[in-house]
Amino acid sequence: MNKFARQLLPFSSLLFIISLWTCLVPDTFLSFQNISNVLTRSAANGIMACGMTFIIITGGIDLSIGSMLAMTGMLASIVMLMLGGGTWTAICGGEFIAMPLWAMVIGTVAGMVFGGLCGLFNGICITRLKLAPFIVTLGSMSIFRGVSYVLNDGKPFAISAYTYLDTGKLLGIPVPLLLFAIALAGSGFLLKYTKFGRYAYAIGSNITTAFHAGINVNKILVGAYTFMGLLTGLAAMIYSSRASSAQPSAGLSLEMDVIAAVIIGGCSPAGGKGTMTGTLIGTLLISFLRNGLTLLNVSTNLQLIVIGFIIIFAVTADRLAVQGGKKENI
Amino acid sequence: MSNDRLDIQGLGKAFGTVQVLRDVNFRLRAGTVHAICGENGAGKSTLMKILAGNFPADSGQMFLEGRPYAPANPAEAIRAGIAMIYQELDLAEHLTVAENIFLGQERTASRWKFRLDNNAMTQETQELISRFGFPLTADAVIGDLSVAQAQMVEILKALHQNAKILVMDEPTSALSQTEAAQLFTIIHRFREEGLAIIYISHRMEEIMDLADEVSVLRDGEMVWHAPIGDCTVETIIRHMVGRELVDFYPKRNAKIGDVLFAVENLCDHEKIADVSFQVRRGEVVGLGGLVGAGRTEVANAIFGVSKHISGRITMQGKDLKIHSPADAIRARIAYLTEDRKRTGLCTALPCSWNITLPNLDHIGMARILSLKKELEQSRKEGERVHVRWASPEDAADTLSGGNQQKLLLARWLMAESDFLIFDEPTRGIDVGAKKDIYLLLNELAEAGKGLLVISSELPELFGVCDRILVMREGRLTANLQTKDTTPEDVMRHATI
Repeated sequence: MNKFARQLLPFSSLLFIISLWTCLVPDTFLSFQNISNVLTRSAANGIMACGMTFIIITGGIDLSIGSMLAMTGMLASIVMLMLGGGTWTAICGGEFIAMPLWAMVIGTVAGMVFGGLCGLFNGICITRLKLAPFIVTLGSMSIFRGVSYVLNDGKPFAISAYTYLDTGKLLGIPVPLLLFAIALAGSGFLLKYTKFGRYAYAIGSNITTAFHAGINVNKILVGAYTFMGLLTGLAAMIYSSRASSAQPSAGLSLEMDVIAAVIIGGCSPAGGKGTMTGTLIGTLLISFLRNGLTLLNVSTNLQLIVIGFIIIFAVTADRLAVQGGKKENI
Repeated sequence: MSNDRLDIQGLGKAFGTVQVLRDVNFRLRAGTVHAICGENGAGKSTLMKILAGNFPADSGQMFLEGRPYAPANPAEAIRAGIAMIYQELDLAEHLTVAENIFLGQERTASRWKFRLDNNAMTQETQELISRFGFPLTADAVIGDLSVAQAQMVEILKALHQNAKILVMDEPTSALSQTEAAQLFTIIHRFREEGLAIIYISHRMEEIMDLADEVSVLRDGEMVWHAPIGDCTVETIIRHMVGRELVDFYPKRNAKIGDVLFAVENLCDHEKIADVSFQVRRGEVVGLGGLVGAGRTEVANAIFGVSKHISGRITMQGKDLKIHSPADAIRARIAYLTEDRKRTGLCTALPCSWNITLPNLDHIGMARILSLKKELEQSRKEGERVHVRWASPEDAADTLSGGNQQKLLLARWLMAESDFLIFDEPTRGIDVGAKKDIYLLLNELAEAGKGLLVISSELPELFGVCDRILVMREGRLTANLQTKDTTPEDVMRHATI
């Protein structure tokens, strides 16, 4: 009952936003094309939000995912282009290089592997150096972004043939959406039906208790950050595919949208609480919100302000619900 | 009357249904050191907290120098002249001695009210220091000082606030012998200057050395009071313990079998040294001693929570290598910790999750969790220990303390461990739940498990255990058969 109630607020907010836009801009908003676009566009962020849900449930945070997305996209493109027979100078010069399908497949897998390694790096720093996730990922955010710019001196890598993860369809469903569905279902399963998910909750709820209960806390934390990295790698490939290139500036302040989606979906920033359903609702809420505001010709700058307030509102509402209106000093 | 600095009359205090203090009378004369003795949980700290304004009494009155005294908060108590020196020091680590002493009442320069007059504060502090000849400087940072020096800063702070009554709670627990001797000189000096000092300590020899008068609290009542001339260590201990062991503890019918679990020469080079003992099947072994004697540290070392540097742990004769709680659980050891909120439960998570947390492998859910089966099994374990919950899916913090403790018992029952450590298993829970827990301990012993029960309550040790080990300052000082010993004996081994 309680779990259901926690989901009620984000869900009704989502319904409210959808009905609001339906009233305000019925023709453009409700078109199949628009809705399909919004969902497809939200896929990459949604995939990352799945990973972020684990991390926030353990009581952590990953600020590096925006930069990680740029770096893994860049690295994966190098792999594809090299396998396609490009020389380093040709690649850096942005010359057209024909990539065979197998090169693109390997490149995609490589992107996920690079992402996983980035996450592993975060996880190991957090657990071995015993540093706060906030500090470690603040540092790696800068590192990954720096590497992205250094790789080709601030210029992108062109991969114009790599379009399948953007426009491709399988059984009539856009591929990004399909990947999002798979990531969501997989993450949901991991979270609810495996020890990994259960231990993530326990660590976020009380890390000392988790240790006393025989949980290998470090292993779970490293696992969560690595999983986040893997999903970021996948999202990076979707972004690269959409832009037909790997941009070193991709995903700037993307972590904000992802974290916001997870928090709005009911994850407690203090850890121990949250669901994948909530994260799905949070992701959709932000996407539809942005879409409607864009259709109403509200500038992206103003959108930032609106989303900021919504985050504060969501967390306040969550706190009030948890405390049952009890007031607490400090 | 005129000589009474503090006069407490008929003080009573209850927390919920538990009467912690009952009709307490206490007089403190100026220029004396008055020791208050009592077992853990006798009500000493509650009494001191009422004095310090942490919470009010339910009944009774206090008079400070003849005037009614009822502090609404700690700040008021400090203004009235009550200074508390706790075991844990309460100073700002990164500030200097002078800054700490003036914290909250800083001097400001005459013209600019927001500008602090650091020179004046440092100078005044230095004068205070030299008045007592403390080995300190006013601009030293607290973090760089030794514990003894930091304690002196606390005392200076109290004096600077014009303390009339100085309350010292176990002040020597963190001091070396020479440092303690230094402290005693200071205390003697304060006494000569007319300060009244309440001195709380478990160390009998200190009390015999320092105190002018002794009062003994037992089960919330002030049972005895005498000038030091009429006291011996024996009489004090007798009054601390002196109670009939009521037939509150259920009988047990366990057959004591072979040695199940043993530790030899367990050391962590810090809190415990050279601890060796054995526990047999069906045996309940008690571990007594004062708070801070190293009992929990022994449990932590066995369970892999802390690293033990040396020593051997064996289960049924086989050596165990335990580096983490996970290793201990795999070796079929269970540990019900003393602090269920901090180390026992994930309070925000469902009761069922809390029960299965260390047991998922054990109940066949190493790969995939079956939520239905999990709920069923937790419900079964919960009912076995009579947890009262609306539903096992409710968060653990919706339960009362006693039920939370039962939840943890259910957890370790599910683990089917062979050797179980219970650290203060009945702390802060009501009488009914206590009895349930004792029954369960018996059930476990009868099933051939080995139990180690850490408890600060002597009646509990005597009521529950076949054998009592006593610790003092990190070492085992006694290994007593319960039927051949007395509470006085245990207390003696724990204190002297």
